[in-house]
Amino acid sequence: MSTQVPADLKYAKSHEWLRVAGDVGTVGITDHAQHELTDVVFVELPAVGRKVKAGEACAVVESVKTASDIYAPVSGEVIEVNKPVSDDPALVNSAPFAGGWFFKLKLADAAEAGALLTPDAYKAQIGG
Amino acid sequence: MLKRTPLFAAHQRAGGKLIEFGGWEMPVQYSTITDEHLCVRRAAGIFDISHMGEVIVRGPAAEAFLNATLTNDVRKLVVGLGQYTLMCNEQGGVIDDLYAYRLGTEEYLLIINASRIEPDVAWLEQRLAAFPRQAELTLANLSDHSAAVAVQGPKTPGLLDLLFPEASTGGTLVAKPSELKKNQIAQFNFAGQVVCVARTGYSGEDGFEVITPATLIEAVWDATLKLGHQFCLQPCGLGARDTLRTEACYPLYGHELDEATTPIEAGVGFFVALDKGEFVGRSVLAEQKAGGTKKKLVAFKMTDKAPPPRPHYPIWAGGSVVGEVVSGTQSPSLNNGIGMGYVPPQLAEVGGKLEIEIRGRRFAAEIVKKPIYKRAA
Repeated sequence: MSTQVPADLKYAKSHEWLRVAGDVGTVGITDHAQHELTDVVFVELPAVGRKVKAGEACAVVESVKTASDIYAPVSGEVIEVNKPVSDDPALVNSAPFAGGWFFKLKLADAAEAGALLTPDAYKAQIGG
Repeated sequence: MLKRTPLFAAHQRAGGKLIEFGGWEMPVQYSTITDEHLCVRRAAGIFDISHMGEVIVRGPAAEAFLNATLTNDVRKLVVGLGQYTLMCNEQGGVIDDLYAYRLGTEEYLLIINASRIEPDVAWLEQRLAAFPRQAELTLANLSDHSAAVAVQGPKTPGLLDLLFPEASTGGTLVAKPSELKKNQIAQFNFAGQVVCVARTGYSGEDGFEVITPATLIEAVWDATLKLGHQFCLQPCGLGARDTLRTEACYPLYGHELDEATTPIEAGVGFFVALDKGEFVGRSVLAEQKAGGTKKKLVAFKMTDKAPPPRPHYPIWAGGSVVGEVVSGTQSPSLNNGIGMGYVPPQLAEVGGKLEIEIRGRRFAAEIVKKPIYKRAA
């Protein structure tokens, strides 16, 4: 099984990815995480406008088997959520780094992203 | 240390994802739960159920002993037939639910839940010690020496006929396994040894369970996978086993059933033979059957877009909490949240509106007729 770990993203130990563009960060869960979960059947997204702290549980992804919390990898304010993934949760399985994104944050502190795992460090964590 | 079945190496070879289940290290899935679930509904799947327990009850007083201990009437069993039954305590609470098969005129096989082997055997031994005709029967717990697989799905009759091509040698006498009727059991030859094949299961589909000596099960598993290829058979884990049985509304011990819940409350009163004479729990069960119960098991479907219901979520009705979900999942067949839970009997009508509380929010659900999923006749 070849697990994708795109080189242009930052990673949290709890298997979220962060894509930074200016002061906005997009958050989703990794290919490894969706493989482990399998069959995503429900995604619960945070309210737009909610302020979250790094490490705070702010979304839920449910597979047939279980419900798992999704944590904000960095602090910020939720400025957009991915409505299509809420209507079609299977996007998390089929396109975890593209159509399967969860929400966008206006970053509170650009330096926080620097503390996340690099692609190589995340690969090492998941044994890839 | 978790217990392992004789198929542990086979699960690793098949890429099974192993989890802890009731003290056992078991495969939860090989591909995905949804994929395996739909494979059983459409074609065929094989499940390791070697963790389940086997007890043999033998002797001239075996029938009388079982009829005084279990809720169903074993006198209805001819040789080669089995029945679903329950074992209750004096308060009518369920110690276990099980299958009892009559293998010979004075020999019965009990298939019991993995997590209940110790309490069941202790209870049976305690009952035997107090049984007046105790010298006329023996109990043997074969759980460590027996193994089993469930082969489930609409394509399984043809597959079983290839696996066991000779006529049966005991139990129900048939030319081939597909001639067995529901709940019938027979002995067949496999590689020079005797295996038991019963037409039963826990998936809501047609299917069989194959019980063998522990040393033989891997050969049966391998042969089933090999011959099953042409029937699109897949190995299936406990995840699909749970979603399949939830759709079929089969109780799972520890969820729908426990020692504080009676068969009447759980909706399996059909398997309580009040007319057969005295048995453990009878007076409470008779009272409940006539006078009603304080709680009743219902099946429900989520009616709005909602997260899947899960065990222990509160059930609301009329603005207050009225019960708790005991089983719940996203139904792979219906692509909808489904579950079972206990509510007061006056709220247990089919069509009744409930709400399931999920992470602090309430989502609409409706009580539906059991089973939630039924295969086409």
